[in-house]
Amino acid sequence: MATIGTPVRRREDYRFLIGRGTYTDDINRPGQLYAYILRSPHAHARITAIDTSAASAAPGIVAVYTGAEMAADGVGGLPCGWQVHSKDGSPMAEPPHPVLAIDKVRHVGDPVAVVIANTMAQARDAAELVSVDYAEEPAVADPVEALKPGAPQVRDEAPGNVCYDWHLGDLAAVDAAIGKAARVVRLDLTNNRLVPNAMEPRAAIGEFNRATGEYTLYTTSQNPHVIRLLMGAFVLNIPEARLRVVAPDVGGGFGSKIYHYAEEAIVTWAAGKLGRPVKWTAERSESFMSDAHGRDHATHVELALDGEARFLALKVSTIANMGAYLSTFAPCIPTYLYGTLLAGTYTTPAIYVETKAVFTHTVPVDAYRGAGRPEATFLLERIVDLAADQIGMDPAELRRRNFIPATAFPYQTPVALQYDSGDYGTTLELALKAADYHGFEGRRREAMTRGQLRGIGIATYIEACGIAPSAVVGSLGARAGLFESAAVRVHPTGSVSVLTGSHSHGQGHETTFSQLVSDTLGIPMESIEIVHGDTAKIPYGMGTYGSRSLAVGGSAIVKAMDKVIAKGRKIAAHLLEAAEADVEFKDGKFSVAGTDRSKSFGEVALTAYVPHNSPHDELEPGLDETAFYDPKNFTFPSGAHIAEVEIDLETGQVAVVNFTASDDFGRIINPLIVEGQVHGGLAQGIGQALLEGCVYDKASGQLLTGSYNDYAMPRADDLPAFKLSTNVTLCTHNPLGVKGCGEAGAIGAPAAITNALVDALKPLGVHHLDMPATPEKLWRVIQEHRTPIAAE
Amino acid sequence: MQKTVSLSVNGKPVSATVEGRTLLVQLLREQLGLTGTHVGCDTSQCGACVVHVDGEAVKACTLLAVQADGHSVLTIEGVATGDTLHPMQEAFRNNHALQCGFCTPGMVMSALDLVKNNPKPTEREIREYLEGNLCRCTGYHNIVLAIAEGAAVMRGEAPPPNVHGVAAE
Repeated sequence: MATIGTPVRRREDYRFLIGRGTYTDDINRPGQLYAYILRSPHAHARITAIDTSAASAAPGIVAVYTGAEMAADGVGGLPCGWQVHSKDGSPMAEPPHPVLAIDKVRHVGDPVAVVIANTMAQARDAAELVSVDYAEEPAVADPVEALKPGAPQVRDEAPGNVCYDWHLGDLAAVDAAIGKAARVVRLDLTNNRLVPNAMEPRAAIGEFNRATGEYTLYTTSQNPHVIRLLMGAFVLNIPEARLRVVAPDVGGGFGSKIYHYAEEAIVTWAAGKLGRPVKWTAERSESFMSDAHGRDHATHVELALDGEARFLALKVSTIANMGAYLSTFAPCIPTYLYGTLLAGTYTTPAIYVETKAVFTHTVPVDAYRGAGRPEATFLLERIVDLAADQIGMDPAELRRRNFIPATAFPYQTPVALQYDSGDYGTTLELALKAADYHGFEGRRREAMTRGQLRGIGIATYIEACGIAPSAVVGSLGARAGLFESAAVRVHPTGSVSVLTGSHSHGQGHETTFSQLVSDTLGIPMESIEIVHGDTAKIPYGMGTYGSRSLAVGGSAIVKAMDKVIAKGRKIAAHLLEAAEADVEFKDGKFSVAGTDRSKSFGEVALTAYVPHNSPHDELEPGLDETAFYDPKNFTFPSGAHIAEVEIDLETGQVAVVNFTASDDFGRIINPLIVEGQVHGGLAQGIGQALLEGCVYDKASGQLLTGSYNDYAMPRADDLPAFKLSTNVTLCTHNPLGVKGCGEAGAIGAPAAITNALVDALKPLGVHHLDMPATPEKLWRVIQEHRTPIAAE
Repeated sequence: MQKTVSLSVNGKPVSATVEGRTLLVQLLREQLGLTGTHVGCDTSQCGACVVHVDGEAVKACTLLAVQADGHSVLTIEGVATGDTLHPMQEAFRNNHALQCGFCTPGMVMSALDLVKNNPKPTEREIREYLEGNLCRCTGYHNIVLAIAEGAAVMRGEAPPPNVHGVAAE
C-alpha cells in the first residue's frame, strides 16, 4: 500500500511518549566526571591572572584547566567553515577562537576555565573558588555603534571591527534605474537578534578508551560528522578512525546545534587527559550566553518603481553582527544565504546588496531557522508594503503585478540563483481566499467598535533550500562539501537498514524515510530501520539544516535504492533464468516482463546472502549499497502567508486572530509532518515579530535577556490555530521532486505579522514598526500618534 | 547535609540518600534513572520537568527531594499501562503533537492535570493552561488538538474526528 502522501503517524513518538527517548544528558558513562564551565561576567576585559589553586583543593575536584594550559597542550582554536571575501578581493578577518579564553574575554559567557569533579555540585561549588582578575575595558554590543569612529576595538585582526565588506549585483545598473524611476521608496529597518532556544540545552560527554586510543563524543549535534571533522582535524588532532561522534536523540536544533562548540572539545580533551568520561550539560542561562544567536541586522533598503508600479531596482545596504568570534558558518548567513534571495518572488531586473559584517562584544551569531532568508524576506516584504502604501495600491495587487510568472521558469535572477519551478500567483490567490482577504474591511470596522485596531498583512517568500550543490557553495567560500550520503543495507530476510547522513532532531526522518523505502522497495515499514547520528555506523554525512534532509538526504536514499534494485534485477534474472533486461521491479516483486514468473524482494535478498548457485564471476554476494547525492541546484520552496491581528487601542496588547499559510514545498511525503514543520516555523516567526528580542545593555555589553524570565518565548496562548494549504510545483532536479519545508514558517511570518500591525496602525499614520512589536512598543506608538508632541 | 528519603515513584517504594539541596528532578533523573523527566531551564519556566506529586502537577525542578519524602510521585514513565499508551499519550501520537520530544513528557503530565481539574476544556482554556509549558517545535497547534482528543477519550466519549486524516489504530 502506498504510504507516500499519506499522514502516517510517527514511528519515533512511542519512545518519546513513554519517557524513553535518549538525549545526551540521559546518557551516563561508568566512572563519569562532571565539568562546569566558568564564564566571563564581563563583555570585554583583560585577564590579568587566574588562580585555580583553591578550586583544585576543593572536595571532589579532579582537575581545573585554563585556556593557556589547553593551548600549551596543543589544543587548537575553533575553525570557521566559510570564507567570505570583501569587495576589494581581500579575505575576511578571521581572528582566533580559543576554546577557553586566553588573555582576554570578549563577551559575557566567554568560557574562561573548566572545573572537573566527581559530582556536578562539587564542580559548581569549586568554580566559585577560581579567582580570575579582570581588567575591564569598554565594550560595544551594537553592530552600528561598533562601526563608528572611536568604538571599542573587538579584535586586533579587524580594524574598525569590520570582518568583511561584501557585495553582490550590478551597482551601476541599480543606480541608473533609481535615477530614472517614477518613485523610489526608502526604509531603514532592523532584524532583531534572537536566541534559538531549542528546548534541550546543549550537552556533551567525552570518553577515552586507553586500550584502543579511541575517543567518543556524545553531543547534541545536528551533524556529527561535521563535528568529527572540525574537532578532530583542527582542534584536537585526532584522526577520524580514532574519533567517534554520536548525536543521539536531540531535542531541537533550529541551527544552533550545527556548530562545533568549545565544550565538545573541552570534554573530549579532558577525558583523554583524565582517562575518565567527562560530562557537561548547559544550564539554560548558559545556553543564552553560549549558543550561537541569530539575525541582528541593520539595513537600509531602496526600491525603485516605474509609473506602472513595476519594480525596477532594489538596493540594500546591511550591517550584520558576527559577535566576538566567527561561529562555524557565520560568514555565509548575511551574504550567500541573504543577498542571493533578494529577488524574492519578483522580476526586479537590477539588484545590488552590500553587507558589512561586524565584530561586537556579544555571543557569536550564526544560522537560526531560515538563516539569511527571513532577513531578506522581511526587508523585501516590508518595502513592498510600504510602496503599496505610498502608491495607494492594494498590496496583493502590487505583488501580483511583479511576480515572476509561472511560465517563466527556469528563472535566472540578477543575484546568482536560478529558480527551477514555482507558481507564486496561484499560491497567493489560495492564501487570499483562505484568509477571506476581500471580506477584511468589514472585520476591521467591527473590531473598531470593540476598541481594537485590526490589520491584515501579506508576505510572500522564496527560499533557497536543499543546501546545497558542493560546487556552488565551494565557489562561494564554503570549506566543506554539501552532499548527503545513504547506505541501504538489505538483510538476508529482506528487512532493511537505512544509514543516513541526515540527522533528525524532531523532523521525523524515521517515519518519512521509511515511507520512501517502503513504497520503493515494496516492504512494510516495520521491516525498515532508519539509522542516523553515529559516525561509527553511518557513511560520512553532512547532517540536517537548511531544509535539506529530504531533498538531499532523501535523494541519496533513492540513489542507493536504485543500486539495490539494479543488483536485485541481476540476482532475479539468474533465479528466473531470464535476461536481466527482461526483469522489471514493481510492488516488491522482480518479474519477467510479460510472464507470471516472479521472485519477491525477500527471495532475492536471501539469495544475495545464500548464493549457493550464483555465478560468482558475474555477481558478487550481498545486497548492500551506498550512494552520495550532490544536488544540481538549490530547491526553491515558496509561499504566501497572511496574518490578521488586533491591537488593543488602550493597552497595545496584540492578538493574532488569523494566520493563513499557503506554501509550495514540491512533493509531500507525509502531510502530517509537513504541517508540523510549518506550525513550528510560524511560531518562531510570530515570536520574532511580536515577542522575542535578545537585548544587550549598550553601555556595559551585559546580556539583559538571559533567561526565560526576560526573553519572551512564544507560549500556547500567544498563538492562533493556523490555517494551512499547499500548492505543489515539483522540484525539477531531484528524483523526488521535493523542496523542503522546515524553515518556511520562520521566513514568511515575521513580515506578514509586521505588515498586519502596520496596516492596523495605518489610520494613526504609522508606516513602519521594528520587531519585536511588544505591547509596550505598540502602546507608545499609539500614544505618540494619538497626541502629537510639539517638536520643540 | 545528607538525608535518606523514602517515597513512592510510579507506584513503587524507593529510598535514596540525597543532599539537602538535591532537587526532585535530580533524584528522579540521576539517582533513580528516570530520565523521561527533563530539565529545559533554570527558572521554572519551561515545564519539561512536570511530574505529579500526590496527584498534583509540580515542576520537579522547584521541589527539593527532601520535600518529596513520604509522598507519591508519578512520572511520564508511569503513565502508560504496560505497552498500552494512556489515551492522552495516544492522542499526542494521533495529532503529531510532538517533534523533538523533549517538552513532551512535561506536556503530557500537564495535560493530565488539566483534564483532571477541567474534563472538558475549551481551546482557549487549553492554551491558557499551557502557560507553564514551553515547546519550540510544534507551535502548540497540534498539542492543543491532542489534549482536546485525549480529554474526550478520558471522558469516555468518542474522539473528535482526526483533522489530519490519521486513521485510528
